[in-house]
Amino acid sequence: MGSIEANGKTYETDEEGYLADLNTWDKDVAEVMAKIDDCELTESHWEVINFLREYYEEYQIAPAVRVLTKAIGKKLGKDKGNSKYLYELFPYGPAKQACKYAGLPKPTGCV
Amino acid sequence: MSILHLVNKSPYENSNLNSAAAIMKSDDTLLLIEDGVYAAVKSGTASAKIAGHKVSVLGPDLAARGISEDKLVDGVAVIDYAGFVDLVETNDKVQSWL
Amino acid sequence: MSDTKKFLFINRKAPYGTIYAWESLEVVLISAAFEQDVSLAFMDDGVYQLLKGQDTSGIGMKNFSPTYSALGDYEITKIYVEKESLEERGLTLDDLQHLVWEDEDEDYAEKDSIRLVSRAELGDVMAEQDVLFNF
Repeated sequence: MGSIEANGKTYETDEEGYLADLNTWDKDVAEVMAKIDDCELTESHWEVINFLREYYEEYQIAPAVRVLTKAIGKKLGKDKGNSKYLYELFPYGPAKQACKYAGLPKPTGCV
Repeated sequence: MSILHLVNKSPYENSNLNSAAAIMKSDDTLLLIEDGVYAAVKSGTASAKIAGHKVSVLGPDLAARGISEDKLVDGVAVIDYAGFVDLVETNDKVQSWL
Repeated sequence: MSDTKKFLFINRKAPYGTIYAWESLEVVLISAAFEQDVSLAFMDDGVYQLLKGQDTSGIGMKNFSPTYSALGDYEITKIYVEKESLEERGLTLDDLQHLVWEDEDEDYAEKDSIRLVSRAELGDVMAEQDVLFNF
């Protein structure tokens, strides 16, 4: 267990930095998590993060990267539904890194 | 002297419900919890086993499994956790068919 | 891919009394990520996993029934439900979630994933697999 401070609040995380409870998530903690990775969150990042939160809300899982890529392509257009675009936004791996900022658990099957 | 019989396993998976139903006396109550609640579905073949007995089912376990109350055998009481405690109090003994 | 294998996950347990149903779902999602030909079968108490309207708020457990709707995204398009098991439990297809997958080749047309099969037909499905997993 670890924790992250953002805007005077403390957020509990697991040993890999994923939020322990997704209900504690807010935009502040996402910004701080990104800053730790030297990543500045732009509108394009938020598009993916918000998509992931909606996906989890509906299906109760974080999608595998192949599923994420396909679903993003369908929702936001083919120019965004490809690994090149998503890896440029999230160099540590779109599923892994974006899920972390979205407050979700690590995707099932992601090592 | 009344006994509260608790069954928490599916009647389609093992014979716990058969044993409980065979031993129950007229003053006894059968309480179906966890996977035991499937026995109370009217259209299922296992519902025949609870016929003629006083039967309660735990509401939160029904809801978790997606079984609506209108699917239950007539006369089955749906209770909450407080009702569970009441049954433990009003019966002399509890027999868990684990 | 030439080394794609046919995997069938056979689910025979009710959803919340044991951990089998959820564990199966997790392994299914992992194996689908490796692009194998994955099918699911639900028989015996396993058919209860697909009941619609599950609400676990009263028992303090995660409701994982919405996850079955994501299987289409994982290109799992064959979900076999055994007819005899449904009938014995007084259930019909209408009591189950409506699971679909989207066919990209037909402009994302929605197609049914659930196939109602008899016990004998399920035996045929098992016979044509490379690997069987039991949960």
